[in-house]
Amino acid sequence: MADLILAAPEIFLICAICVVLLTDVFLPADKTIVTYSLALLSLVGTAAMTAYFSVGETVIGFGGSFIADSAGSVLKTFAYLMVAICFLYSRDYLERAGLLRGEFFVLGLFGLLGIMVIISGHSLLTLYLGLELLSLSLYALVAFNRDSGICAEAAMKYFVLGAIASGTLLYGISFLYGVTGTVELQALGQYFREPDALSLPLLLGLTFIIVGIAFKFGAVPFHMWLPDVYQGAPTPVTLYVGSAPKIAAFALTWRVLADGLLGLHESWADMLAVLAILSLGIGSIVAIAQSNLKRMLAYSTISHVGFILMGFIAGTEDGLRASMFYTLTYVIMAAGAFGMIILLSRRGFEAENLEDFKGLNARNPWFAFVMLMIMFSMAGVPPFVGFYAKVVVLESLLATDMFWLAGSAVFFTVIGAFYYLRVVWYMYFVDPLNEESLEAATDFRVVLSVNGLALLVLGIFPGVLLNLCARVLS
Amino acid sequence: MTVTFSHYLILAAILFSIAVAGIFINRKNVILLLMCIELMLLSVNFNFIAFSRMLNDELGQIFVFFILTVAAAEAAIGLAILVVLFRTRQSINVEELDALKG
Repeated sequence: MADLILAAPEIFLICAICVVLLTDVFLPADKTIVTYSLALLSLVGTAAMTAYFSVGETVIGFGGSFIADSAGSVLKTFAYLMVAICFLYSRDYLERAGLLRGEFFVLGLFGLLGIMVIISGHSLLTLYLGLELLSLSLYALVAFNRDSGICAEAAMKYFVLGAIASGTLLYGISFLYGVTGTVELQALGQYFREPDALSLPLLLGLTFIIVGIAFKFGAVPFHMWLPDVYQGAPTPVTLYVGSAPKIAAFALTWRVLADGLLGLHESWADMLAVLAILSLGIGSIVAIAQSNLKRMLAYSTISHVGFILMGFIAGTEDGLRASMFYTLTYVIMAAGAFGMIILLSRRGFEAENLEDFKGLNARNPWFAFVMLMIMFSMAGVPPFVGFYAKVVVLESLLATDMFWLAGSAVFFTVIGAFYYLRVVWYMYFVDPLNEESLEAATDFRVVLSVNGLALLVLGIFPGVLLNLCARVLS
Repeated sequence: MTVTFSHYLILAAILFSIAVAGIFINRKNVILLLMCIELMLLSVNFNFIAFSRMLNDELGQIFVFFILTVAAAEAAIGLAILVVLFRTRQSINVEELDALKG
């Protein structure tokens, strides 16, 4: 019984999903707005459950395979927020595109359940099940527009590469199990406390697990699916794929590497360093050549993933805090950027090319400014929050004397700044292609404005979120 | 010759390699990709069962049950996407999946 209370938010969410699903089945097709409201309501309910049942100290339940801690609660709360923002931004767009069906919200909530299971997973089995629940929902979401050939192609590519990633991860887990005889992270942590625990099968297992994680994160050289999925999926789905699952990827890496396998830090830090540098390099350079904004943001994601991985390399509590801070601020930026693309899209027209942003200042100065804040924050211009996120990661690297890693991160950030600033240039100094004013619902406008302003406010007061991360991780 | 523990691991490794090679070499048919994915999960199951026998611990076998269940769900989604793909393109040739690039 005490165990069930630990998982109260998850249990509540799955009951809510069943209610949403059944309601949607019996509703007429033009009443999907009810499903939408119920989905938002279940998110609020889950958040309330998380707040009510949150425990001050760390509790491990279900025979060591489930953990409830305050860092998990913070990550979950951010995930709810991101999914809610995604639903809110999507409604208008889906209605215009004739895609407003209840399945979108049901699959989105199932994906969220997978994210929550990953965040709370404390054995490799739980983490795997959460990961699959998330991935299977995402495959279906990417193929959501059934009449579009591009959607189907993106979904197929995502599915095949995602399945390889799962297979690789499992193969690695099987070796880890064979050597240690357990899949629970606590028992693994104890096993690796002995200094000479490293052996060849173990190294093999570790490598396969890192490849699996890198696939899910989208780190170079396992990034092939990411640009195709971002470009091919309908924009609301891209928004979903690009925001909340990144929190899950952070949680997965944190639980497996920085918690369970911390004893092998020296072995995996080098592998992550290679992944991080390659991600930063390829992400920053290839993005310059893109004319499709969604594809450009995909490569920008890859370079941000490089930064998130760098926090783990330090292997210190500061590094972990930096990674968490970076992940949480990145998902806010990503939600805002894709929200802007949705705002500019109209019926039968996706504003996904860079040229569609030309002269946005003349059409709507306020939203041009919101986009400017998002782009500056992604590029790492002070006083926006993206700047502080990069600074804390670099600090954690310098504190552990990894100068060349920090130096190359700065170098690629400077290169990367070019393509973010190009968008700003297009908005402010180039004549618009069309003079149409933007149409959007009031709630959408308000949330998008708050989303953009949050980057400025968090940038002026970074200590609030930074201290929160430090407190929950210690 | 007696079959020892390491033979099981070698068999699993060979199956895993065939699956990976099949995915990257195959240029004709998407259904073959789905078969290779199943083969990959099968090799993982082989590994888990072998380790479970060696360690005399039933956790590995429980893990296999979960993998089998998830693999079934995964195949269902994969085939559903395949149907959508065929309906919109009238082809399931891997080489023709090239609309997205850059």
